[in-house]
Amino acid sequence: MATRVQPQAPPPVSHGEKTGLWSWITTVDHKRIGILYGTTAFIFFLLGGIEALLIRIQLGSPENTFLSPERYNELFTMHGTTMIFLAIMPLSAMFFNFMIPLQIGARDVAFPRLNAFSYWVFLAGGLFLNSSWLFGLAPDTGWFGYANLTSTQYSPGLNVDFWMIGLQVLGIASLAAAVNFFVTIVNLRAPGMKLMRMPMFVWMSFITQVLLLLAFPVITVALFLLMFDRFFGTHFFVPSGGGDPILWQHLFWIFGHPEVYILILPAFGIISEVLPVFSRKPLFGYAAMVFSGVFIAFLGFGVWAHHMFATGMGPIADAFFALSTMLIAIPTGVKIFNWMGTMWGGSLQFRTPMYFAIGFIAMFIMGGLSGVMHASPPADLQQTDTYFVVAHFHYVLFGGSIFGITAGAYYWWPKMFGRMLNESLGKLHFWLMLIGFNLTFFPMHFVGLNGMPRRTYTYPKGLGFETLNQIETAGSFLLAVAFLVFLVNVFQAWRKPRNAPADPWNGATLEWSIPSPPQEFNFAEIPVVHGRDALWDMKRERRGPLPEPARVSGRGIHMPNPSYWPVVAAIGVLSVLLSLMFLSHFGPLGVVVAAGVLFLGVFKWAFEPAG
Amino acid sequence: MPLRTPAWPSSRLVTALCLLALLLAGCSPEHYPQTTLLPRGDFARIADDLLDTTVKWAVLVFVLVEGALVYSIFRFRGKPGDSEPHQTHGNTTVEIIWTVIPALILAAIAVPTVQAIFLTSATPKADALRIEVVGHQWWWEFRYPEYNLTTANEIHVPMGRTVSLHMGSADVIHSFWVPQFAAKRDVFANRETRLWFKAEVVGEYPGQCAEFCGIQHARMGYRIRAQKPEEFQAWVAHMQTLAPKPAPAAKPGPAPKPAAGVGSNQEVRTASAGATVQAVAGQGPDYATGEKLFQAKGCVACHALYAVNAPKGMIGPNLANVGARSYIAAGTLKNTDENMARWIQNPQAIKTGVLMPNLGVTEPEARALVAFLRAHQ
Amino acid sequence: MAAVAHEVPHGLEHATATGLDNRKLAIWTFIGSECLFFAALISNYLVNKGRSLVGPFPHEPWTSPSGEHFKPILEIPLVTLGTALLLFSSLFVVLALSGAQRGSRKALVGWLAATIACGVFFVGMQVYEFTHFVREGLTLKTNLFGASFFVLTGFHGTHVTIGVIWLVTLWILAARGKIPPSKSLNLEMAALYWHFVDVVWIVIFPVVYLIK
Repeated sequence: MATRVQPQAPPPVSHGEKTGLWSWITTVDHKRIGILYGTTAFIFFLLGGIEALLIRIQLGSPENTFLSPERYNELFTMHGTTMIFLAIMPLSAMFFNFMIPLQIGARDVAFPRLNAFSYWVFLAGGLFLNSSWLFGLAPDTGWFGYANLTSTQYSPGLNVDFWMIGLQVLGIASLAAAVNFFVTIVNLRAPGMKLMRMPMFVWMSFITQVLLLLAFPVITVALFLLMFDRFFGTHFFVPSGGGDPILWQHLFWIFGHPEVYILILPAFGIISEVLPVFSRKPLFGYAAMVFSGVFIAFLGFGVWAHHMFATGMGPIADAFFALSTMLIAIPTGVKIFNWMGTMWGGSLQFRTPMYFAIGFIAMFIMGGLSGVMHASPPADLQQTDTYFVVAHFHYVLFGGSIFGITAGAYYWWPKMFGRMLNESLGKLHFWLMLIGFNLTFFPMHFVGLNGMPRRTYTYPKGLGFETLNQIETAGSFLLAVAFLVFLVNVFQAWRKPRNAPADPWNGATLEWSIPSPPQEFNFAEIPVVHGRDALWDMKRERRGPLPEPARVSGRGIHMPNPSYWPVVAAIGVLSVLLSLMFLSHFGPLGVVVAAGVLFLGVFKWAFEPAG
Repeated sequence: MPLRTPAWPSSRLVTALCLLALLLAGCSPEHYPQTTLLPRGDFARIADDLLDTTVKWAVLVFVLVEGALVYSIFRFRGKPGDSEPHQTHGNTTVEIIWTVIPALILAAIAVPTVQAIFLTSATPKADALRIEVVGHQWWWEFRYPEYNLTTANEIHVPMGRTVSLHMGSADVIHSFWVPQFAAKRDVFANRETRLWFKAEVVGEYPGQCAEFCGIQHARMGYRIRAQKPEEFQAWVAHMQTLAPKPAPAAKPGPAPKPAAGVGSNQEVRTASAGATVQAVAGQGPDYATGEKLFQAKGCVACHALYAVNAPKGMIGPNLANVGARSYIAAGTLKNTDENMARWIQNPQAIKTGVLMPNLGVTEPEARALVAFLRAHQ
Repeated sequence: MAAVAHEVPHGLEHATATGLDNRKLAIWTFIGSECLFFAALISNYLVNKGRSLVGPFPHEPWTSPSGEHFKPILEIPLVTLGTALLLFSSLFVVLALSGAQRGSRKALVGWLAATIACGVFFVGMQVYEFTHFVREGLTLKTNLFGASFFVLTGFHGTHVTIGVIWLVTLWILAARGKIPPSKSLNLEMAALYWHFVDVVWIVIFPVVYLIK
């Protein structure tokens, strides 16, 4: 229990543990890269949140002129793009990085330098995308970028180019990371950790990597086609040249729907770690949880056109996609019931992570139910592109992913930073977030069904939208306060010395068997696993808690060398795409120089001794 | 524990009450002219019935599942000194039950869904009134081939007769949404999409574009007027008087450069297409000035002033009956003389990015143009 | 597979859980992902090739409104030769790998050179084909067949080019004796990639050149 705070002397700097900016730039340590991902993603999350607040101020009253139409369109585009690609995905990547090697008993990921490369490419993409604000050219065609509005005829500015190239760069980061974690999970499991003994977070992360590997190539192709349309005059999505804008929608959603599961499955995994620990009871129906996750991912590739019911695909296609969409509710239901089965009969410990985990279940149920409502095409024809859908996916992505990620943050904070977060501030955060969240998004169901379309910078008086929009705006500020409380909590913890024991929550998994924060090499000795909930097994065998693990010198444990070539390669990736964007300025020479940087990075990296 | 946990019951109760209050606030759709929850046409009723079915199941599931969640929060709350609870790993029977029950509920939703899909996809009978809808950045064009009429931003439909909408776009993707009578369907530049409905109640309602279509997506509204059959016929008869008169060929004024070519299969006509104007009786001196200005300022390049045989693919909305419409600028402004004058003088300030440029119209000129346009009833 | 255990680059003390080398598994994973990339490109080609508003067309002659006459644009014999050589190169790279594993530097360097020669011929053929098409009046902008053809075969050609650069790097190492049998995995990875690029072409060739 966390109340058993054991003030420790700051641990001695162990062998190989370096400090300073350069050590962070050249780091290949999965834990440091995880922290880099987390910090960067949280800053982008705050940025996306500020964008949301500006949107909410604008919509707080009818005919508001707080934002110009251009600015509003940029804000809602960047809010969506930021939250999906720069906040939720990399926040999940933070946990993949930090927790997967620890949970499977490994010293690092399979390819530490590729891991660093992924992070730097992600950072480059995120900064590039947001640099568009500085030029007043932020993307303004929605995160979905529907053709043919994105064609040069209707969007002549650089706005769409920033979006297209930014996403392309981020896709490279995601794919590189996905290969890495796929191999890590398949290959680096500790002896005895069979697939069906892996912690559920590892399982859900594993499925997420498969989804990334199979979904991202499709958006890559779609973005390339758009790039050819915009830069080289092809007509893939241009009706006047024979092209079809609907092709974009198919390609986008074949990626886009699996993307939804890429955003939510890691949160499923986190919840499946938190609930058993704070119920003091193993996960209910482990196998069903695994297979329902696999089934959701599989079905996720067969439902994309439910985003396109309004395009008029015909009754056969509508019926097919309606039924496949409804099918997804079954494995999702299994998951919810199994989580409740985990709590049932347990001894529930109401610590902050548990609050957020239960909040997740409560909110996610609502997102799931509204999802079934618009799985039905005739009903969806009224709901699509209204605030009802905005409500739905915020219940899934905020009520789901963000609640789950926050649960994970409170749960793993002690492990990551060696400091306990304050429980009362944590619970205050929870209540503010739960109330703020529902105030913001619950009324959107009604305002949507009552006729308010999405993506409109204003609405006229007299349509009845005023009151509910005011409530939503108030709620969004409450949400902002909730995250301020979190920041205060983090700041307070940061100023105190490290006080977290190795196992503050009576954890079930291997990460709690090593010191908080872990040493560079994670495990002084690679553990041997004999079943699920490996750490509970060890404790049961000892008939009591394990002794606080000592920090050891780590001499003789061989770890990879730091390297700056992944950074160079990441800069190369961005340069190549930039040279294409500004082909008319720099000409082919620019492409050659940029490709040279990329090749230099990759070659030096390939021939550098890994350590 | 360092701090007593805030009690679940009271806070939960407060939340629940808040939600209930919101629910009640939202449950009065008559305050929302654009609501989907008060269907006034057959298509919208099918969608609404289906929503009702799913909502009933959803509320049932919500109450049961959230109830069980709240129950377990109280019932299984751990106390200090509790021994380790019984370590269950699963229960196949229970797991099968909670896989099968949701499947059955989904089947109960799926059957009416598939029925409704085929019902709403059916082709309307041949005697349906065909109306062609063309989405433009950012206004709606409506054509009645049966009556050879064209109008804009205000669609008239007869009560009791099925309307068959044949829809397309002049530029990007839009979505034509008739929340009260039907639902929505996207419109494209390279294909025709369809929607049908039969209005069952008379009335005038707002509607608007539902697919993001650029800077003024929010200002792409229209009005729908469902009229008794005889009123509708009277409207048609009146509109059919708004025919071009063989006017002395006016010199086309300095036409504003039309926006880059329309990327569609539609023919684009610009200057001089609307050079003839309809005959309108009983006009003052302002009217005559306005008539001249309409030519001189180049308005005529983008706007037709007659409804019969109007050219297709004009850049701007048809103005044959603009004086009688309730709104101007695609649902942006109430159609008052003052608003119309403001709009004519400075459309870019009211609807930034609209394809109508600021033409340097002075206030007296605007007054004359308003007098001229107001006479187009 | 204990032999590869010491190849694990980061000094992980235990062998991998599956016994497969990490890098080999990574290449397989990458190839799995690439399948979707080419599937999307090929689908795009199939969707768009018939949507051209104007010629030239792949399999039919076309007379432009101005009376200019165009033959069917694809030159099947030349591409068939390129295809055959690319297929043979897959055999050559296997022979090179076998040489590397046996420790025969001569076989390794020789067969690798043959593989590279085939790859270079294929890329050269594509460069010729592209310039020929442009001279004939088919560019990215001309029609949707041209656009989807250039994008599909261009991305494949880029993959071949990257493969050639990779193989040339390995060839230089091999010539200097830096690929002993213990490091034959370095070549095996490139060979896997090369086979994949080859297999993709086996799909693209009939789809683009043979099916009308």
